[in-house]
Amino acid sequence: MTIGRRALIGIPYLWLLLLFLVPFGIIFKISLSDITLAIPPYTPTLDLSEGWPGIRDFLRQLDFENYVFLTEDALYWKAYLSSLRIALVSTLLALCVGYPIAYGMARAAPEWRPTLMMLVILPFWTSFLIRVYAWIGILSTEGYLNQFLQWIGLIAEPLQIMNTPTAVYVGIVYTYLPFMILPIYATLERMDDSLLEAAEDLGCSRLSAFWIITFPLSRSGIIAGCFLVFIPAIGEFVIPSLLGGSGTLMIGKVLWEEFFSNRDWPVASAVAIILLLILVIPIILFQKTLEKNQEADA
Amino acid sequence: MTRFTWFNVTALTLGFAFLYIPMIILVIYSFNESRLVTVWAGFSTRWYGELVGDEAFLNAAWVTLRVAFVSSTIATVLGTMAAYVLVRGGKFMGRTLFSGMIYAPLVMPEVITGLSLLLLFISIGLDRGILTIILAHTTFSMCFVSVVVSSRLVSFDRSVEEAALDLGCTPFDAFKSVTLPLIAPAVIAGWLLAFTLSLDDLVIASFTAGPSATTLPIKIFSSVRLGVSPEINALSTILIGIVTVGVITASLVSKRRLVQQQRDEKLADGQGA
Repeated sequence: MTIGRRALIGIPYLWLLLLFLVPFGIIFKISLSDITLAIPPYTPTLDLSEGWPGIRDFLRQLDFENYVFLTEDALYWKAYLSSLRIALVSTLLALCVGYPIAYGMARAAPEWRPTLMMLVILPFWTSFLIRVYAWIGILSTEGYLNQFLQWIGLIAEPLQIMNTPTAVYVGIVYTYLPFMILPIYATLERMDDSLLEAAEDLGCSRLSAFWIITFPLSRSGIIAGCFLVFIPAIGEFVIPSLLGGSGTLMIGKVLWEEFFSNRDWPVASAVAIILLLILVIPIILFQKTLEKNQEADA
Repeated sequence: MTRFTWFNVTALTLGFAFLYIPMIILVIYSFNESRLVTVWAGFSTRWYGELVGDEAFLNAAWVTLRVAFVSSTIATVLGTMAAYVLVRGGKFMGRTLFSGMIYAPLVMPEVITGLSLLLLFISIGLDRGILTIILAHTTFSMCFVSVVVSSRLVSFDRSVEEAALDLGCTPFDAFKSVTLPLIAPAVIAGWLLAFTLSLDDLVIASFTAGPSATTLPIKIFSSVRLGVSPEINALSTILIGIVTVGVITASLVSKRRLVQQQRDEKLADGQGA
């Protein structure tokens, strides 16, 4: 192996090892520690100057107490389950909203497609925080939506949408919609249209042709889109804290508060490790589909 | 198959209305005279004036831009190297771990990435500030760059590189004069993506920024938590304006390039015949 090749592999490898993998080891270690009033606020801390007995003593002080604490307090169970539920519902909603858009784009005239594509990508380049913020003005009690509904006489009293899970669903669907649309559009656009023509020649109605041919063929796009929405939605922090208020419980928010408000680093670390364990399965599945799609492309 | 049916037109109209109406409302109400954001009280640009006079916002914007520029540049170099290694590097020890570390940050919840990096910086005794935000942003955005660049590397003809090597180029020269120009659009796209991700990031920056450094998203978040404010509407409008101009310019440039390329190919075909 030449020096050049070694450096080419070594530099990014080392960077990721030090700044991605090692930090997880540290989180795991701190999740086994106890909280104290000191800087840093956990004990024990590893002191290598004491040599081997120091390390042994250090290891003896680590325990799974924080994990036991998490299983005993109903708050954490509720937060994990509610995050999974909110992520699942939002993913399904995003699919229902995103699929027709992707379908409409793929069926639009070819000269229109780049423009439509740009219109889907443009919100993605705009600040995430601002896109969430835009909904505060719309959904709040005296917000634009309530004003509008009262003006047309549909409701007499303003609806309470802000600070409920509904507001979080709206926020997640809105901000993650491009991630759902683009992979589905990519599969629909590649589809061989002669299949549909054949189905119609053979007497299939348009609707049944869609369910028999188009929908199954866009499966890889649907799966990719759902993972791209579902995985980040579970750990979402900004949306539940701006739109969900105290009415919604999500694990990302619990972790944040555990760390910044309660200053309980060991419990925050344990929350993170369990969240990671929950995410490992969907992440591995996602990577497998990604690799499969790449092989299919190649 | 082009089908101009009512269903498709309705789907597109409603879909784009959903995507754009919230932002349009934000832009309109940034010109509202009243401090009460939801009540229209006449046209005014006063909130833009207050924003420009606000030292704290300007400082935060400057910090954010510096962090984004430095981190996206380092991330582009590292990410391109990583992509090259993944696509052309062949087999080496720990390749699976390497590709795992490239893909995992893409889907890792930001709260975990932020917490883990903060705990690392504290345990090695690095003071939190601009440097730690740059390190954190570089780490997650290099993975995005690497995915963008590797999809381009996969798609182009490898024989051009091999020809350069056969003709006596060193691997580095071949990369510089053959591969790099071919993947340049993806490298630029990767840099832009990294830059935007860094500008946009709230969660990781909140964990890794110390009290000495405040980025724009941190500043926006802390004032938005107290409710809707007209200054934030004005700031949002400016940011939306910059992005819109940028995206439209980029798509025009790439369209022109595509047309040019097709013309060149047609010309080459004509000469060959």
